[in-house]
Amino acid sequence: MSPENRNRLLAVGALVVAGGALAAIAWGNIGENLVYYWTPGEMLSQGEKAYGPTIRLGGVVAPKSIVWTDDKQHLAFEVADQKDGTGPKVKVASDQVPPQMFREGIGVVVEGTYAADGVFRTNRLMVSHSNEYRPPKPGEHTKEWQKSLETASK
Amino acid sequence: MPLITPLLILVGVVGLLLAHAFVPSVRRWSWKAFLGIAVVMFLVQPYLALSWAPPEREMGEVQRIMYMHVPQVWMALLALTLNFCCSVAFLLKKSWVTDALAEASAEVGVYFGAVGVTLGAIWAKPTWGVYWDWDPRLTTAAIMIVIYMGYLTLRRFVEDPEKRATWSSVMGIISYVDLPVLWFSVKWWNSLHQVQSSPKTVDPDMTMVLRWSATMFLCLLSVFIIHRFRVAYAARQAEVAPPEALAPGAA
Repeated sequence: MSPENRNRLLAVGALVVAGGALAAIAWGNIGENLVYYWTPGEMLSQGEKAYGPTIRLGGVVAPKSIVWTDDKQHLAFEVADQKDGTGPKVKVASDQVPPQMFREGIGVVVEGTYAADGVFRTNRLMVSHSNEYRPPKPGEHTKEWQKSLETASK
Repeated sequence: MPLITPLLILVGVVGLLLAHAFVPSVRRWSWKAFLGIAVVMFLVQPYLALSWAPPEREMGEVQRIMYMHVPQVWMALLALTLNFCCSVAFLLKKSWVTDALAEASAEVGVYFGAVGVTLGAIWAKPTWGVYWDWDPRLTTAAIMIVIYMGYLTLRRFVEDPEKRATWSSVMGIISYVDLPVLWFSVKWWNSLHQVQSSPKTVDPDMTMVLRWSATMFLCLLSVFIIHRFRVAYAARQAEVAPPEALAPGAA
């Protein structure tokens, strides 16, 4: 085989391998085996399988669910599937200082363990942001979210 | 400044890139034009990004990292797409031009990817609460950087220019699988990273600064690749010289 033809064959071969790999990732069920986080509904549907192992739970902080202990050392809230707090919810307990943006209605991913008592204990609380970027509304200050956090337990 | 300004500059820059690709006489001076535009835009960019654009409603001032993080990752994707095209082109028709361009674009792509991902991590700490987590988007970005570092390593391991060009072309094609996966990862799977924004989800002033920064980095990307290409092409010529001088006037 001439070097030119061999190279063309290599090009076709490499493109087929690359295309096949991409198709397998895109349309294969890799997402069923590799999951970054479970939503509350998905985690609860696992039943007892969810008790024990370290997992990630992702969802939205349910409205009016944030509770601090008086010394502000312990934080409890509920993670819901839906932004309005309807549908499946899971209670989460955290001893960590939450990120500045933590508040009701924001997306969170928590890493920890779920137990039979129905509480998800986390030592890694992450806040996610939507793809929307807006300026503050007139008269609004960007620091106000932190203020609302400081007074969240009242 | 009218919001359309960066788009108009971008059209000019893309036109110059096309001229550079197809008109040999343009190649003698085009890098100076790219550098000039980049420098002028760089003089204004800090003002636009740090003062002119409004802070973000929820994230506050830290959101301004977007104007560096997003365009630099875009440039990495562009450069590595060029690498993929050059890899296919080399296998279809042997040419030291496409081989040298593949080398240049991969190296510059790794640079922009590494800087872009680092800036993303710096942005993540105050917003997400962590520098890093193995979500699908971050994982595929890490794979991209590591895999193309492997590509550059392969290039340095192979002495014979023909074998090096052929092998690295095959690797360039297969490595590229990661990029569409990286792009769609936020749509296909649960992730911590948000999905792509669009002008509909971003304030018009912020969109303008983002486009300004992207055009600026596109000029810088062009300068880097043009220079890195010249180095690679000269090295190739030295390797394959003297008897068969290939493709006269190809530079």
